[in-house]
Amino acid sequence: MTAITQIRRNDQPIYLDYQATTPLDPRVLEAMMPYFTYKFGNPGSRSHSYGWEAEEGVEKARGQVAKLIGADEKEVIFTSGATESNNLAIKGVAEFYKDRRNHIVTTVTEHKCVLDTCRHLEQEGFTVTYLPVQQNGLIDLDRLREVVTDKTVVVSIMAVNNEIGVIQPLAEIGKICREKGAFFHTDAAQAAGKIPLDVEAMNIDLMSISGHKIYGPKGIGALYVRRRPRVRLVPMIYGGGQERGFRSGTLPTPLCVGLGEAAEIAMKEMDAEATRLTKLRDRMLKGLQAKLPEIYLNGDLERRIPGNLNISFAHVEGESLMMGIKNLSVSSGSACTSASLEPSYVLRALGVEEELAHTSLRIGLGRFTTEHEVETAVDELVRHVIKLRQMSPLWEMAQEGIDIKSIEWAAH
Amino acid sequence: MPAYPDQVYLDHNATSPLRPEAFDAMVEALRTGGNPSAVHGVGRRARGLIDKARRQVAARVGALPAEVIFTSGGTEANNMALAGSGRRRVLISSIEHESVQRAVPDADIVPVDGEGVLDLAALERKLAASDEPALVSVMFANNETGVLQPMADVARIARKAGALVHCDAVQAAGKVAVDLHGIGIDYLSLAAHKFGGPTGVGALIVRADAPFVSNRFGGGQETNRRAGTENLSGVVGFGAAAEAARGLDPTLRDRGEAALLAIAPQARVFGAGASRLPNTTYISMPGVPAETQVMALDLAGVCVSAGSACSSGKVHRSAVLAAMGIEDAEAGSAIRISFGWNSQSGDIDRLIVAWRDLYIRVGQSDIANARAA
Amino acid sequence: MAYSEKLIDHYENPRNIGSLDKNSEDVGTGLVGAPACGDVMKLQIKVGADGLIEDAKFKTFGCGSAIASSSLVTEWVKGKTIDEAGTIKNTDIAKHLALPPVKIHCSVLAEDAIKAAIADYRAKTAKVDDPAKSTGKDESQAAAE
Repeated sequence: MTAITQIRRNDQPIYLDYQATTPLDPRVLEAMMPYFTYKFGNPGSRSHSYGWEAEEGVEKARGQVAKLIGADEKEVIFTSGATESNNLAIKGVAEFYKDRRNHIVTTVTEHKCVLDTCRHLEQEGFTVTYLPVQQNGLIDLDRLREVVTDKTVVVSIMAVNNEIGVIQPLAEIGKICREKGAFFHTDAAQAAGKIPLDVEAMNIDLMSISGHKIYGPKGIGALYVRRRPRVRLVPMIYGGGQERGFRSGTLPTPLCVGLGEAAEIAMKEMDAEATRLTKLRDRMLKGLQAKLPEIYLNGDLERRIPGNLNISFAHVEGESLMMGIKNLSVSSGSACTSASLEPSYVLRALGVEEELAHTSLRIGLGRFTTEHEVETAVDELVRHVIKLRQMSPLWEMAQEGIDIKSIEWAAH
Repeated sequence: MPAYPDQVYLDHNATSPLRPEAFDAMVEALRTGGNPSAVHGVGRRARGLIDKARRQVAARVGALPAEVIFTSGGTEANNMALAGSGRRRVLISSIEHESVQRAVPDADIVPVDGEGVLDLAALERKLAASDEPALVSVMFANNETGVLQPMADVARIARKAGALVHCDAVQAAGKVAVDLHGIGIDYLSLAAHKFGGPTGVGALIVRADAPFVSNRFGGGQETNRRAGTENLSGVVGFGAAAEAARGLDPTLRDRGEAALLAIAPQARVFGAGASRLPNTTYISMPGVPAETQVMALDLAGVCVSAGSACSSGKVHRSAVLAAMGIEDAEAGSAIRISFGWNSQSGDIDRLIVAWRDLYIRVGQSDIANARAA
Repeated sequence: MAYSEKLIDHYENPRNIGSLDKNSEDVGTGLVGAPACGDVMKLQIKVGADGLIEDAKFKTFGCGSAIASSSLVTEWVKGKTIDEAGTIKNTDIAKHLALPPVKIHCSVLAEDAIKAAIADYRAKTAKVDDPAKSTGKDESQAAAE
């Protein structure tokens, strides 16, 4: 690690929501700066040096992203983010190959943009299999083998889940897809830069990447599209034919450069950062477990990125806990359009009961999380969980030995 | 800002450098960060920044904040409008940007006249040819000629025929006044980087009661009309640029144009007889290929372009000039000179000198050869 | 979604947390909501010989707005007759705490809780007046219905 350890202003809460978004690494901002100022050209302008310079920046970034995932730079196209990449990958291949194959396989714990895209394709006449997950959040490979057929056009399974951080067995999934001749798309928004990814070794045909989840800027992402054997897509955005025709629109040079730089830093520091974060995470988990009974970790601990914890604090409603720990920025599920505070469908898919799902927090640690922050967070969490449990009628009942399931609750 | 004092940038229609107001706002947003959808304080502050930008952009084009959908740029906005209106019958002008043309390959094409202005009678005729409700897509100003289209008439004619109106205002916004409700436009596309905002961000403005269906699925951002985590710094820069952009003055352009025509009497400014953007000159130096001119001007430190800047390295014949009925030979010698918010009088002097030098130099060879042939 | 100062005050310094003896004849208990829905409120009132509510306690499993709503209600009912307490409307609670629209259901739950507590108290006193034996029905169940 370099000298950057603290980028938070003192009046800001401790940021523990690294799966929602990550702060921009100052080194990334530095790399972007010239492209915001004097290297402002349109990379599509071929008639002068401003254009060439911008193009050089974009192409270097493309190479940096490709290297992170073991791809060729020609296989990387820039998009506006992982949501667009996921939409384009799934809709794009499904529509291109629809005359031959009309079946899609995905899982019930995918990001909303994958599930919504699949639902849309169902309306268009495709059949979609939503694979369940096991209690640890991982798919059952035998089940996958059973459902993938010679009619399956694409299998879309996320590399790392955004709520519980579990890592799906990508290489095994890739092997199954290759055997059946189905394309393998993976939403790697939460995985890229955090775990080693290799599109060759894992037989990945399409991969979505997000800039702002890896300490790069928002508004930029990438889609890896395999060239050999060639994967073809129907584009979603038509126009000037940029990005091999898959994605038209003037490329935002500073954002591309930022994504490239972020990818390079992530690759260089992946091992050291994983070791550091694992230590911090274990410290946080053990610290909480030592002081609080009846807390439950959701999702597999071993096959999980180091920067994620998702914990149910039984008998304490998650939102009230979030309101209490004012000095900590965490999330009670995934940050999308957060007005909906329904219990997470991901946790429900693991078999977590609704009353427990309501007590869950996602705690995301990352590049700028310090030991001191972890200690402070543990103290705050413990203090507020204890306080709220004293206020909780459910905790009281549990202490009195009343099984809350024996009570006939009014549904509302 | 210019780190290359020896360069004069006159290609603002391709992209414009960032305005300092946008730059400052963006750097602040990049430093503070946050996911605008997260409920904690960091997220709420990010949401506040997005809301402010939404008001700034809406105000610039006479729209309501709730009508603004932020996109990744003008191309996406055009695609969204054309796919989202629900109208299958689409009429477009013959000079639309590729992002409109390619999004609706089966569209009915409405011609333009020799000055590059839409043929309104043809539009009226074509609309009357069928009862099927239509969408009319006409750009506010052309990216190559800068010719302004008669949007108020387009809207009036479309309205009478029960058609919806989409307007690609990517080149016009921030340079001339654009008023969505005043004109009666249903869908309006904007791109920040054409008037001093950042690349990678734009907007589709959808009039409150116009139909719209999104084709992009996900987290429900932009009130379910455009999924994906918001490009926070981009949106903030867009807002700041929209507030700062107060339109351009044609004085520089007019002086430059007069000087170029005085140097090369056989040169021609396309669309000169029509109302144009105050910043664009599309001019031919007959007998000298556009590529030659562009390269020579670049060597002299003046950045211009031959047509529009998109993906292609290849310089192809301008479809816009072809639609205006300009012969290939003349079209092949056309270059686009476009000023911007930070252009200065001295930039024009440099252009005039470079153009004159080129004219004198090739005057003895190419032009003579062309005449001899 | 910014919260009002009053709401935050009630969340941070909740009044009248705790439990009264639910088996006592002068205590009425209301238990409303459901864990699966993410809100459970237990609200208790103790009624004096003069017919006035002399104490009120609550425990709530739920969001900050639910906690604040129940805390506020315990303050409001003290010193009131049970008839007066029964007239507390969810809209008054929502207005006082400036609840955002997505949190209106918290005030509804608080109104339900006080009504349930009153009903429980009335059932108990009716039993005392009525020489016939109690049905033996658990009051928390009765309240949750």
